[in-house]
Formats: sequence, structure tokens, C-alpha cells
Amino acid sequence: MASARPRLFLIYLLPLWLLSPLAAAEERYREVEVSAPYIELQTGPGRAFPTIHAVGRGERVEILKRRTDWFKLRTHRGVEGWVHLDQLSGNLDHQGEPLRLDAPRLDDFSRRRWEAGLLGGYFEGAALLSAYGGFALSQNLSAELAFSHALGNVSSQLMADINLVAQPFPEWRISPFFTIGTGVIHTRPRSTLVQSEDRTDQTANVGLGARLYLGRRFMLRGEYKNRLVFTSRDDNEEYSEWKLGIAFFF
Amino acid sequence: MEIRHRFLLLKSRPIRQSVGFWLLLALLPWPSLSAAGGMESGKEPVILPDLGRREIVEPEIDTEDFEISLFAGALSIEDFGTNPVYGARLDYHLSEDFFLQADAGYSRASKTSYELLSGSAQLLTDSERDFTYYNLSLGYNLLPGEVFIGKGRAFNTHLYLIGGAGNTTFAGDDHFSINLGLGYRFLLTDVFALRLDVRDHLFDSDLLGEGKTTHNIELSGGLSLFF
Repeated sequence: MASARPRLFLIYLLPLWLLSPLAAAEERYREVEVSAPYIELQTGPGRAFPTIHAVGRGERVEILKRRTDWFKLRTHRGVEGWVHLDQLSGNLDHQGEPLRLDAPRLDDFSRRRWEAGLLGGYFEGAALLSAYGGFALSQNLSAELAFSHALGNVSSQLMADINLVAQPFPEWRISPFFTIGTGVIHTRPRSTLVQSEDRTDQTANVGLGARLYLGRRFMLRGEYKNRLVFTSRDDNEEYSEWKLGIAFFF
Repeated sequence: MEIRHRFLLLKSRPIRQSVGFWLLLALLPWPSLSAAGGMESGKEPVILPDLGRREIVEPEIDTEDFEISLFAGALSIEDFGTNPVYGARLDYHLSEDFFLQADAGYSRASKTSYELLSGSAQLLTDSERDFTYYNLSLGYNLLPGEVFIGKGRAFNTHLYLIGGAGNTTFAGDDHFSINLGLGYRFLLTDVFALRLDVRDHLFDSDLLGEGKTTHNIELSGGLSLFF
């Protein structure tokens, strides 16, 4: 019995030991002072959630997290709630200066670094699905990686491309671009049709398109591409594709 | 200013004798010279200013616009029975109303009633029975709200509509497919949520001879994590 006691004691310590990494990882949050007459805390990140608390001018709050345009705050009394960006913007002081919490604008669109998007369209009459991610090397030039899937009646094609995209007028709301790229295309013929093997070929493409800034961090993107497939047969194949979709930057 | 002084000195020698020159000389910024003199005399400044800048690293505001979830459920594959389905979804919340979703799922078709009755006839090979899909969809939080459990607990919820396009690979072929659905997101905490989804995956198939649009209805439940 005497030896069992210390062991029991260790069992009590076990949860503490398990929780210790959590305690060590306790986060520091940005602390700000309310400069508006008051701001209202809601129970959830949405316009319809009820207001539970009001924070007056001069009170200090911590910004715990952000979800879309909603911020979760904690007062020094420990009350937590959500506030919309519009109510916070210009109403918080941080070390004596107004904290900038604006939504992205056209300037940010022109100066974006990363962007990603989903597009749909047609590839020689077949339905086309496409996803891409891009990184801006400069305001005028970006590098993109794109994956596409064309789903036709005779075959389906999977494509992966690396593209260079040049936009001469990055500050325009509707910003045209030119693109050139290379990649691979994998063709899978329908199993119900003629016996034919899967094949993978190299492709090159040129295209043009435009991005339309919609507001916040979103844009509409449309493009047309001419694709050349270097087949192992005598003739190369040429395909045209167009697509339209939604993209966002961050 | 300095360039102009030199210009004056070089160009017009007699100016050395002029009053203006001496006045200008007197107005030149001399303190630099006197400071240099101070250093020469070996006197060290009493207080060495601590010029090391204090770096204040402000914690970034944590944004949680992504949601990843794992789900399991039942998928009714048209003509091929109802079968278990597993998958994963990734959502990106564009605003409090809209979100984009990429999802992928896997199921396996069982036998058609014809295959079961005839005994030996097989419509599909073993590998052709795999049913995999992926979709790119747009969701809309139609009914955001709060539910109350017991007296002191409130949970945030969303009832959402979702629709999109994708690919379904079944019977060895890729099919362009459309999906439409309704879902329910129940936020246990700010970070974890339970999800219930009803989804219809539609695609054209001529597997049984005649071309038709098949409806493959999926019922699933999952757990998601915001990050």
C-alpha cells in the first residue's frame, strides 16, 4: 500500500503533464484601446447574432482572432464577443495610433502577392475544371501553377502547367494579362469506346485574359488559351480552351 | 550651400577681402569642427546614449477563414445500391455569407439487382467498382443562427446551400458531374464544428446501354476544424 501511494500521485500529475504543452503555447494577443464612444460585442461572427456587451471608450481589449470580416475580442473583464470590421475600423488605438484594420481595396489588388482561384469552362467542347495558384514576382509579372481537368465524351484530359503571366496595367480595375506556359497533358480515352492506351504528352500554351476586381479580396478571372500538344505521332495537336471563374488574393 | 561657397572662393579671389566673405564664413556650420576638437582632447562623453532600438514584435491577428473536415456517410449509387462513403472537404470562407469548397470522396459500388439475380454475370470489374469524386463548389449560408441546449448553452449554426461542378470517376471513366446540396454546420466551439450534409451528385452515364442522367444521393456527417 505504501508504494502504491506515490504511483497514484503520479496519475494525478499525468493530466497536468499532458496539458503542459498547451499552457506553454498560451498565445499573446494584440491589445488595443477603444477610441469610439462604445463598441458592441455580439455572440457570433454574423450580423444577426445578439449583442451581449458594450465596451466603452478607453477600455483595453485583446483581439483574439479574425474570421472573414469579424473580429473576436476579449475585454479585461474576460467577456468575449464578435465585432464587425466596420465598427472597429478607426475606433481602436494601438500605442497611441489608430489601428489600421481596413478591408483590402483596389491598391491591395494591384499589389497582391499570392492569388488562387477556381475556374470552369470549355476545352474543345469538353467541360473544363481548373484550379490555380500564383505568386507575383513583380507588379507586372507573376508565376502560376495550374491544374485542369477536361471531361469529354471521348476522353478526359488531366493537365498541369507552369505559366508566366504578364499584366501591363496592374492598377486598373479590369486588368488584362498575357500568359505563356508549358506543362504536361495526360489523356485517358473512354473505356467503353475503342481500345486505346492512356498517353502523356508535353504541351505549350499561350493565352490572354483579364482580371476584374470585385471588391475586398475577390476577383473575376476569364481567359482564353491556345494549347499545342507535342504528340509522339507525326502531327502535333492544337486545342483551344476558355475559362471563367472566381479568384482571391492574400 | 557648400558648393556655392566653394564657387565663390574659386571664381572671385578678391572676395576674400570683402566683408560678405567673412560674414559667410562666420555663418558656416562650425559645430562639427568643435565636436571634432572635443574628441581630440580625449574627453569621453559622460553618458553613452543607448541607441539600441527596442524591437516590439506585435502578435499577428490570427485569421481563421479555412475549415477542413472529414466525413463519412452513405452514398446511393444509382443502380448499384447504397454504399459507405468517406471523404474530406476544405472550405474557404469568403465572407460571412459565402464560402468556396473543394471536396473529394470515395465509395465502392455493390452489385446491381441484375447481377445478384443472374448469379454469375458481372457488369463491372473489381477496379471499375471504385467510385471517386471531387468537386469545386460555392456555398451560401442561408440561415445563420443560434440554438440553445439546456438553460445556459448557446451554439452558433448555419444552414447552407451548396452547388458546384466536378469529376466523378466510376466504371473506369471520368464523368463531368454537378453537385447540389444542403448542409448544416453546428459550431461546438469557435474552432470545432459538426457537419451534416445531403448532396446529390449528378452525371450522365451510358453504362447500362441507354444514356441517362444519374442521381447519386449522399448523406454524410463530419467533424470540421477552423484554422
